[in-house]
Amino acid sequence: MSPKALDYDSLNENVKKVQYAVRGELYLRASELQKEGKKIIFTNVGNPHALGQKPLTFPRQVVALCQAPFLLDDPNVGLIFPADAIARAKHYLSLTSGGLGAYSDSRGLPGIRKEVAEFIERRDGYPSDPELIFLTDGASKGVMQILNTIIRGEGDGILVPVPQYPLYSATISLFGGSLVPYYLEETANWGLDVNNLRQSVAEARKRGITVRAMVIINPGNPTGQCLSEANLKEIIRFCYLENLVLLGDEVYQQNIYQDERPFISARKVLLDMGPPISKGVQLVSFHTVSKGYWGECGQRGGYFEMTNIPPQTVDEIYKIASISLSPNVPGQIFLGLMVNPPKPGDISYLKFVTESKGILESLRRRAQIMTDGFNSCRNVVCNFTEGAMYSFPQIHLPPKAIEAAKKARKVPDVFYCLKLLEATGISTVPGSGFGQKEGVFHLRTTILPAEEDMPAIMDSFKKFNDEFMAQYEDNRGYSRM
Amino acid sequence: MRRIVARRAKDCYLALTSPSSFFHRSLSSTSSSSPADSMGSSSKSSSALSVDSINPKVLKCEYAVRGEIVNIAQRLQQELQEKPGSHPFDEILYCNIGNPQSLGQQPITFFREVLALCDHPAILDRSETQGLFSADSIERAWQILDQIPGRATGAYSHSQGIKGLRDTIAAGIAERDGFPADPNDVFLTDGASPAVHMMMQLLISSESDGILCPIPQYPLYSASIALHGGTLVPYYLDEVAGWGLEISDLKKQVEDARSKGITIRALVVINPGNPTGQVLAEDNQREIVDFCKEEGLVLLADEVYQENVYVPDKKFHSFKKIARSMGYGEKDISLVSFQSVSKGYYGECGKRGGYMEVTGFSPNIREQIYKVASVNLCSNISGQILASLVMSPPKVGDESYESYLAEKNGILSSLARRAKTLEDALNSLKGVTCNKAEGAMYLFPRIELPQKAIKAAEAAKTAPDAFYVKRLLHATGIVVVPGSGFGQVPGTWHFRTTILPQEDKIPAIVSRLTEFHQKFMDEFRD
Repeated sequence: MSPKALDYDSLNENVKKVQYAVRGELYLRASELQKEGKKIIFTNVGNPHALGQKPLTFPRQVVALCQAPFLLDDPNVGLIFPADAIARAKHYLSLTSGGLGAYSDSRGLPGIRKEVAEFIERRDGYPSDPELIFLTDGASKGVMQILNTIIRGEGDGILVPVPQYPLYSATISLFGGSLVPYYLEETANWGLDVNNLRQSVAEARKRGITVRAMVIINPGNPTGQCLSEANLKEIIRFCYLENLVLLGDEVYQQNIYQDERPFISARKVLLDMGPPISKGVQLVSFHTVSKGYWGECGQRGGYFEMTNIPPQTVDEIYKIASISLSPNVPGQIFLGLMVNPPKPGDISYLKFVTESKGILESLRRRAQIMTDGFNSCRNVVCNFTEGAMYSFPQIHLPPKAIEAAKKARKVPDVFYCLKLLEATGISTVPGSGFGQKEGVFHLRTTILPAEEDMPAIMDSFKKFNDEFMAQYEDNRGYSRM
Repeated sequence: MRRIVARRAKDCYLALTSPSSFFHRSLSSTSSSSPADSMGSSSKSSSALSVDSINPKVLKCEYAVRGEIVNIAQRLQQELQEKPGSHPFDEILYCNIGNPQSLGQQPITFFREVLALCDHPAILDRSETQGLFSADSIERAWQILDQIPGRATGAYSHSQGIKGLRDTIAAGIAERDGFPADPNDVFLTDGASPAVHMMMQLLISSESDGILCPIPQYPLYSASIALHGGTLVPYYLDEVAGWGLEISDLKKQVEDARSKGITIRALVVINPGNPTGQVLAEDNQREIVDFCKEEGLVLLADEVYQENVYVPDKKFHSFKKIARSMGYGEKDISLVSFQSVSKGYYGECGKRGGYMEVTGFSPNIREQIYKVASVNLCSNISGQILASLVMSPPKVGDESYESYLAEKNGILSSLARRAKTLEDALNSLKGVTCNKAEGAMYLFPRIELPQKAIKAAEAAKTAPDAFYVKRLLHATGIVVVPGSGFGQVPGTWHFRTTILPQEDKIPAIVSRLTEFHQKFMDEFRD
């Protein structure tokens, strides 16, 4: 009998520890039900195009032309492609050495990195160096690269907000580091209290952990809160004092649904603070084409920008990037187009702006519809979605429901979400997948279903929830639905 | 005799005793991080992200393909742009990397038509589109779009890749091998490299986990093993026997490693080979399969060059086909087969498309593989589509078939010619022997470096093959990679060049290389 090559016992323990609820149990169950013919509404992942959002026209025109450059020689190309798309395709092709099919510089095409730097400068008012901008196959890969650079072993701790996007917890597990949680205050609109930070760091150090970095997600995921300038200053000051690398996940910077706290980048605040802090805090900022009003998740386009990282470290990060040769070139072009969209006067400008505004305004309305809808449900309290793409209502589960969950050997919010799925086809992610205070339960849903479908979805949820609550609050205690 | 440890492997092995000391260092520095101290200390020498404090595995990794020599070349290129005539050559010729389209190779038209239509499906409804695209590319685009929920090519897909595309790939594998393939065994990835990383992550828990790698090898493997904290266990390919693989040597290396307390977990085979270019003989492949089965090793079959075979007496046979034809099924051998859209005749490196076919693993391992894949959500959709096109290109009778075939054969026959021309040129140089490139995209000539040259290299604090390669670059503008980047028998020197510059550039390359070599040998003759 041959010995087992790779059995479960000999698998890397770090891999076993990884959890990623976004595509975990609920999603797998939803996929099973879908195969059986049930209509499923997937609100488990921020995947706008999967829920009917249309791609912006201009970037698709440009990239299509780049894919098939022989079209540019065809006299009839102008019949279905506008002149500015044709010109832009030629521009991007000229930035490559051999078109879309050649590995680019491992950091991404220099010409596109320059466009990104220019975008950052326009946004923040400070110059940005293209040499410190690395393009990646989606922001997630960039996050993984940076965390892999930081984490040496389980003695290294990374401060992560709770609730958090589980890419962070999964990656820290994978690389054998320690997650140091800091709690966001639900009652204060998911605000960040520096005292919580201090406490978390102190506790971690007592356990012998060296806290190396701090992750902020702004706007937040799953919580949606937008950090104020004052808050960002506190955070940066904290990182300065505690010698932490600040990791600024800013992938939702275009998704802002209130006017009190517009997006302000960590870099801008850092540089506004002047020396010594502006020169002393190490910062890595992440962005992507997957979110915003672009929603081009499938392209896998993203970048990270490094500030105050020593040249030798930059070289090491470059070296690791070079092992994977280069990020995908079409994704890089999407990124270029995102940071450098059509301008007033361009042929495609009007259409582009109409499409973009349409999406953003609709998202803003849907954020409100969902928040209000959840708040109208029994035992459900929901903070307003200030930004990003999610709603994270708190569900107060009655003790009988928690008991029933225990009997079914499910975490209580998983139990609730599975019942929700089976009753309504709505596929969410239980709050336990993101982290929450002990005994407090949530679920995460996206605000992405089409606006016209929203009322029906919220009605369906309300009906399920109110029946669930009636059942489990009822002293007569029915058996499971 | 061949009692050697490739320098890379030794480095990896030795280096891995240091992480724990790093850990102790970081713990002792904890006490200095309290606010009061930090405010007081002006030197932030233990700054969070300095080379002293980053992951030591990152420091250990090397990847010569885009290493030092390329940095120098880029500098020279810039100098040429700023001051034309400042060097004895007009242009830099990058022969360091298998990047065909950067050197003028054209993409396959049909593939690009389909990709363009999938990128911008809105035009499929326009009548003008019929005039710009072939009918079968339009049909294929519709077919693919119908397999994508909502026709949304901008949406994250299933984490293994779009089901319909995996069906196509599985059918392509079955047609190639004559044995069935299951779409659920296919994991589409951003190129083959991320798939290799994924497997290393699963297989390696610590430095006592060893992975058998061929020497010379493609340095993705050494780098990935170092990055994941494992140990590279080398097995030597026999240069004199056309880079053949001796099972007895394999067994010896395994025993050796085991006696040092290493658990061997997997065997990497690159077929056709990189940098060596050999296509394994079938009986060699059968020996390898049996070996893995007996020893309980995962067979990692890097088959990205499967469409690059240039000699009539050899054929590519996938390891899956070999294993199945030996009567071995899921219970007998754990096999991971890697394929990519970057090589072959399509050469679509920049697209980052590829997959691994995973067979012979238990369901709970499969779950773990899926879980790791899901953290990154999915690979880029355009790359997924391309992978499916590569595994099911136009067939006889399709409108685009003739032109597709002409493009494909044109590229492959040109590659074969260039391989031969460069091989002959290298063999004509005094002190240089070069094995035939039976497949892949590279030549890996061996150079007898005179003692005088070796001493000069030592004085310049460079490895002798790097010394030669740098001189070559400065004299001719040709960029190749020193053999030490791939591993070689100590005391032997090689470099890897690609066969990719366009045919019209080859004569100039040959003459410049010849001239340089003669001058170099004259200068350093003992």
